[in-house]
Amino acid sequence: MKRTGAEIILDSLVAHGVHSVFGYPGGACLPLYDALYHYQDRLNHILVRHEQGAAFAADGYARASGDVGVCIATSGPGVTNLVTGIAGAHMDSVPVVALTGQVPRNLLGTDGFQETDATGVMLPITKHNWLVMNAEELPRVMEEAFHIANTGRKGPVQVDVPKDVFLEEVEFDGFPPPRIPGYNPDEGTQPDPTQVRAAAEVIYGSEKPIILAGHGIHYSDAYDELLAFAEKANIPVITTLHGVSSFPESHELSFGMVGMHGNLYANWAVDRADLLIALGMRFDDRVTGRLEDFATNARIIHVDIDPAEIGKNVATDVGIVADLKPTIRALTDEIERLDHTPWVKQICQWREDHPSLAIRETEIVLPQWVIRQIYHITNGEAIVVTDVGQAQMWAAQHFWYDRRNTFFSSGGLGAMGYAFPASIGVKYARPNEQVWCIIGDGGFQMTLQDLAVVREHDVDVKIAIINNNHLGMIRQWQTLFYESRFMSAKLENPDFVKLAEAYGIPGLRASTKSDVVKVLKEAEKIPGPVLMDLVVDEVEKVYPMVPAGSSLAETIEGDEVEEARYA
Amino acid sequence: MRHVIIVDVEDHPGVLNRIASLFRKRAYNIESLAVGHSHRPGISRMTIVVAADHNEALQVVKQLDKLIEVVSITDVTEQRHVSREMALAKVAAPEMKRTEILQLANVYRAQVVDVSPGSIILEVTGDEDKIDSFVEIIRPYGILELTRTGEVAMVRGRAMPTPHVLVEEGPAA
Ligand SMILES: Cc1ncc(C[n+]2csc(CCOP(=O)(O)OP(=O)(O)O)c2C)c(N)n1
Ligand SMILES: [Mg+2]
Repeated sequence: MKRTGAEIILDSLVAHGVHSVFGYPGGACLPLYDALYHYQDRLNHILVRHEQGAAFAADGYARASGDVGVCIATSGPGVTNLVTGIAGAHMDSVPVVALTGQVPRNLLGTDGFQETDATGVMLPITKHNWLVMNAEELPRVMEEAFHIANTGRKGPVQVDVPKDVFLEEVEFDGFPPPRIPGYNPDEGTQPDPTQVRAAAEVIYGSEKPIILAGHGIHYSDAYDELLAFAEKANIPVITTLHGVSSFPESHELSFGMVGMHGNLYANWAVDRADLLIALGMRFDDRVTGRLEDFATNARIIHVDIDPAEIGKNVATDVGIVADLKPTIRALTDEIERLDHTPWVKQICQWREDHPSLAIRETEIVLPQWVIRQIYHITNGEAIVVTDVGQAQMWAAQHFWYDRRNTFFSSGGLGAMGYAFPASIGVKYARPNEQVWCIIGDGGFQMTLQDLAVVREHDVDVKIAIINNNHLGMIRQWQTLFYESRFMSAKLENPDFVKLAEAYGIPGLRASTKSDVVKVLKEAEKIPGPVLMDLVVDEVEKVYPMVPAGSSLAETIEGDEVEEARYA
Repeated sequence: MRHVIIVDVEDHPGVLNRIASLFRKRAYNIESLAVGHSHRPGISRMTIVVAADHNEALQVVKQLDKLIEVVSITDVTEQRHVSREMALAKVAAPEMKRTEILQLANVYRAQVVDVSPGSIILEVTGDEDKIDSFVEIIRPYGILELTRTGEVAMVRGRAMPTPHVLVEEGPAA
């Protein structure tokens, strides 16, 4: 059968069950768009308003669905606009296929119009990428692209296609199974039984164990296994930022999040533990604080799909390279039922004495309180997509996640502008669930152009702007570490409600507590997208906090200014 | 310490770029990198020498192994292996010094590969130490140009571990 390069690419998307793709056309990929014209019955193309949004949306789609997200951009500026989103997917191991147009083959290397060394630019921020010089290679490359993106430690890949390769007609007889001699993600997915036994021995020798659950729980779909293991071994569970929503937070063994803005008692528990069972997490510096003083008394069992993560940042006692799901199951089968009541009680006592998530009774609208209201009004059933900054941390802390895989955030890269386009991708992946985008006034202005997208496609995303009229996290750091010399922290904001209306979307504003409740309830009832401008206190800081360069043991609960304000 | 790492890679354009990019990004200290065809079609073999402690070297190996086009990788530092490097040295050699230089060259089993008025080119092969000491010995005569290939290495005895999956014709299992 004769097929063009573009048709082979689109056939591949269809074959992989992709139904929505996010992209932006341009000269070099017009042939692909022309082919898309004929695939509209099978492929839903969402025209974002900036390519960065396409990458973020594909990322959100992938995380929420467990499938691969797809984004499309043209050569030159199209590709460079994708970079932030792809870098984020790379940091957070999100399976995304980026299809990029390139100048025709005869112009490659000539600095042709809109020529960028796209594979060169993307090389360090993709799991792998290809410049496809012949349409004949496309069946193999597309198959490898999906395979590599969505297996092992997942990640984004890029397929860069010269304009004339899209148009090239070749004989096509289906997609060959991927055969890549240097890539065997399946090996090592089952845990080595001797290591499982070794881990069990270490667990038996522990009186104060902690489970650190990370992003891997979601990718491995190891929720049931984690729950069963924690219960059988009676071990407290603490999550990383990406581990949020991997373990029900109302569970008696849940102690929330660890790290720079982790709960005081969670940080103390990790600091004083004699064993850390790290499941699908990578000991990022935002988790560990000062590394030399991280969990100094703890032995470490580390399970990860990526061998390079074992021993990278911390020395491990038992390192298991395997898929989490079978590993946790094997561990659960291996161990006897255990009882760590004194240790669990100790952490509960710390929580009682230092309730990190208590919110002060105030007249003014505290941002954390707003998040708590969103939690109540949605019955805790919303999917939350957060941006970066203070609002992100409050959303992680003060909304309680009992449902699996319902919290999405730009973690590793910490890219402002993520939440809004990502929430569009999330909504496409999980159309029957409520999606709330919790975002700062700063971050929203990085990618707000996709208001046009939610209007055009009636994407039901509730946009909650936590508006403190500041780059709040910048203000917080300048307060704490730069003697309150506020430089470029204050924001002169537009009228967000009018902005929403200009895009044809209902906009609601609240600046008192009673209005906040009213607005949230109203927004929840309106079908389709709504923008909420929730005006909150400008100077509130995120606590607890581990100041940069400090250890988890040095977590602070607040500061004098804060104390004085509420005295 | 020096770690000698042997890497078999798929012979694709851009592979070297990926490896160089990884070394740059993670700030690994590369001492030398030599690359050429291996005995298997489509597979090139690299010998990479890095200055790293044990843990760092382990990370280098694991990170390189993650590159899709890396077919197999072994740190042979602790294994019995031979390693060789070749150098070409253009040495100032006026008539009166020539015999003296040639005698020294002979000690190092260096070959004369070019003789021109006023200079000769010597080719010497050996491990790094031998090349270093050869270079020091002839330096006083005046080295006009020096070029070294970087080390290539091979494990003694048994064959290197075969790659995880061999590229074969026909459908995959
Ligand atoms: C693209 C990008 N630029 C800069 C930063 C640095 N940064 C981190 S948080 C923050 C402030 C965010 O302000 P806002 O979105 O209003 O959220 P808030 O902290 O006020 O809740 C900045 C500038 C970043 N993370 N990402
Ligand atoms: Mg703000």
